[in-house]
Amino acid sequence: MSNKLKVSSSPHIRDKVTTGNIMLMVVIALLPATFFGIYNFRHENAWLLVLVTTASAVLTEYIYEHAMHKPITIKDCSALVTGLLLALNLPPTLPLWMGALGSIFAILVVKQLFGGLGQNFMNPALAARCFLLISFTGRMTTFTYDAVTEATPLAALKAGESVNTLQMLVGNISGTIGETSVIAILIGAVILLWTGVIDLRIPGTYLLTFVIFIVLFGGHGLDVQYIAAHLCGGGLMLGAWFMATDYVTSPITKQGQIVYGVCLGILTGLFRLFGGSAEGVSYAIIISNLLVPLIEKVTLPKPFGKGGEK
Amino acid sequence: MARFTFKGGIHPDDGKSLAKDQPIREIFPSGDLIYPLSQHIGAPAVPAVKKGDQVLKGQKIADAGGFVSAPIYSSVSGQVKALEKHFNPTGSNVDCIVIENDGKYQEVEYPPVKPLSEMTRDEILTKIGDAGIVGMGGAGFPTRVKLTPKEPEKIDYIIANCAECEPYITADYRRMLENTEELVSGMRVVLSLFEHAKGVFAVEDNKKDCIARLRAAVKDEPRMEVCELVTKYPQGAERQLIYAVTKRAINSSMLPADAGCIVDNVETMIGIHHAVIEGKPLLERIVTVSGDAIQNPGNFKVLLGTNHEELIEAAGGFKTEPEKVISGGPMMGFAMITTDTPVTKTSSAILAFEKDIVAQSMETACINCGRCVSVCPSRIIPSRLADYANRHDEETFVKQNGLECVECGSCSYVCPAKRQLKQAIGAMRKTALANKKKK
Repeated sequence: MSNKLKVSSSPHIRDKVTTGNIMLMVVIALLPATFFGIYNFRHENAWLLVLVTTASAVLTEYIYEHAMHKPITIKDCSALVTGLLLALNLPPTLPLWMGALGSIFAILVVKQLFGGLGQNFMNPALAARCFLLISFTGRMTTFTYDAVTEATPLAALKAGESVNTLQMLVGNISGTIGETSVIAILIGAVILLWTGVIDLRIPGTYLLTFVIFIVLFGGHGLDVQYIAAHLCGGGLMLGAWFMATDYVTSPITKQGQIVYGVCLGILTGLFRLFGGSAEGVSYAIIISNLLVPLIEKVTLPKPFGKGGEK
Repeated sequence: MARFTFKGGIHPDDGKSLAKDQPIREIFPSGDLIYPLSQHIGAPAVPAVKKGDQVLKGQKIADAGGFVSAPIYSSVSGQVKALEKHFNPTGSNVDCIVIENDGKYQEVEYPPVKPLSEMTRDEILTKIGDAGIVGMGGAGFPTRVKLTPKEPEKIDYIIANCAECEPYITADYRRMLENTEELVSGMRVVLSLFEHAKGVFAVEDNKKDCIARLRAAVKDEPRMEVCELVTKYPQGAERQLIYAVTKRAINSSMLPADAGCIVDNVETMIGIHHAVIEGKPLLERIVTVSGDAIQNPGNFKVLLGTNHEELIEAAGGFKTEPEKVISGGPMMGFAMITTDTPVTKTSSAILAFEKDIVAQSMETACINCGRCVSVCPSRIIPSRLADYANRHDEETFVKQNGLECVECGSCSYVCPAKRQLKQAIGAMRKTALANKKKK
C-alpha cells in the first residue's frame, strides 16, 4: 500500500445529520409562516423588513468572525434562523433600520460575545425582540392591518372584547409578521416533528400547562372559545414550536425539558393575565432560558443500573 | 408483548448484506504465524517454547501467566522462528511468538475425552481454561474465570450473546446458521455447571433464519430458549443485553453474576464445545472480511496467528485502495496503522473502507441538541461529560456518572456537530479508573 491508512478513535461511522442540516430544516419549517406573513402584510411591505433583518443577521456574523479571525460559520445557517425568527417577531411597520439593529444586537451581543454558536444563554432572536421592545416601545407595539392601525386580537381579548377565532387560526389579522397564522406555524411544526428536529416534550408541556393556567385563573373557566383565542393569539404558537424548542437555550435532560415547559406555561399565563401587556411569550421564554442551568442541575438523569434503565 | 430491548441506541446502516450470504470458507496460511502473548484481559501468557523448537498443530506454546490469563496454542506445525515484538491489530507493538509454517498441519494427539455426563465440574472448568478460551466477542476476558463466580448456585441465566449488533460483521450469523449444533452443545456444557440456570440464545430480530434454526435445535432442550431481541445498536453490549433478556440492570461496579447472569458470545460457546466435547484447544475462529474496499467480502475460518494480509488476499484483495482499515466493527473496532498484523482470539472482523467518514467531518460547536442523551444506553449526558473530560475536570466527570459509560460510541455517531464525544469520555474514564485503583 502506497498511501498511509487513516487512524482515529472509534466509532468509524457517522450519522448523516449535521448542524447545518438541522438549521436548514428549521428555516424550511419557518417558510409557511414567513410567506403567509409577507402576503398578509403586503400593504406594509413586510417582505423588505424580513429581507433586511435576516440579511443583517447573517452579515453581522460574517463581519464579526472575519474581524476576529475566527472560522466563518454562516454556512451552518444558525444566523439565518436567528434573523428570520427575529423578523417574524417584528410588527410589519417597523422601520428597516430598527430591524437591522435588532439583528446586530442578537448576533453580536447575545450570540458572538458570549462565545458564538452553542454558548448563548438566551434565545438571540427573542432577546433582540425584548431589546427593541424596551428601546422603541411605541413602534414595537403599533400593529397595522390593511393600512389601518388596530389592536391585536390578544389585546382586544384582554380588554374584554370578543374576537374571531377562525380568523386567528387562518391569520388574516394584525400582529407581528410571522405570528398571525396558526395554521402556517403548525405546518412548520409538523415538519419539525416529522423530521425529528424537535419532539413534543417542550411544546406539549408548555401548551398544556398554559391551558391549565388559563382555565384556573382566566376567569372564564372551561370556555372553549376563550381558551382557543388565547392559544391562537399573540406569539404563543410561534414561541412554543420554534423558540422554546431552541436547542441551545433549553435543557438537555429529558425531565428538564418537561420542567422547562411547565415554567414556560406558568410564566406566559402570569404575564398574559396579570401583566401590563397582553403579550407575554417572549419574556416567559427568555426568563425560562435563564433557569435552564438550574433545571438541568436538579434533573440530572439516573444512569443505567442505578435506576435509569426503565 | 413486551419488546426485548433497552432504552436509547441507534440504527446505523448495517452493511451486513455484503458478507451475510457468503458461507464460511476455510483458509490455510502460507506465511509465518504470529501469536501475541496477550490476546486477553489479564496477565500475558508465558512462552513455553524457544527459538528453533519444532512444534505441532495444537501444541501449547505459551502457558497462562496467572489465574486471570489464558494459554496459547500453535495453530500450525513448524518451527519457532522468533520471540519478538510485532504490531497487534489494536496498534500496539507487543511480544509475540512467531512460527514458520511447514504447511503439513501435523497435529498433536489429543487425550481421549469423557462424555459430558461423567465429567466433574472441576474437570470441565479445567478443560475450558486449558484450551485457552477467552471472550471472543472482543473483550477477551478468560472464560474459565467468568464461569467461576463466587456463588454459582445463584446464577439463573446463561445468555449466549447472538446479537451481533455491530454493522458489517456476519461471523456469528454464519456460525449460528452453519454450526447450530456446536453452539447448542456449548450451551449444554455451560448449563451443566449451573444447575439452576436456564440457557437463553439472545438473537436480534434481523436474523430470523438464525432464530428459526435455533428454535428447532432447542425444542427438545427443556433448559434452553431463544429470545428475539429488537435490532438496535448496542443490543449486544453486556449490560444492555442482560437488561433486554432479564429486565435486571447492572452498573459499572457490578458483574453480570451479581444479576445472576453469565454472558458468552457465539464464538466463545463454540470454543467451549470444541474444548470440552472434542478435547481440542482454541486454534481458529471465524472472521468477517468486508467493507466497500474489499473485492469479495466473506466469512472465513481462520487459524489464529494468520496474518491479516493473507486474509485480505483470500477475500480477493482490495478493490480500491482503502483509506481506513478496521479490526472489529465500525462502532467499537480499532483503526489499524498497518494490515501486517495477526488474527487474534478477539478478531471478529477486518473491514476496509474506501473513504474515511471521520476524517471528512469537521468538529464544530455543540448546539446542545440532546441527540447524544437520547441514544446513550447508559442514560448519562455525553456532551457534558466530554466537556468535563476536555477540561480535565475529573471530579465532576465522576460525580456526573462518567464511569457508567460503556464506550459504545452511539453519541459520537449521532452528534450533528461531529464531536469526538466517545474519544474524550473514554480517555477520561481510563484516567479516572486508574486513579480510583490507586486510592
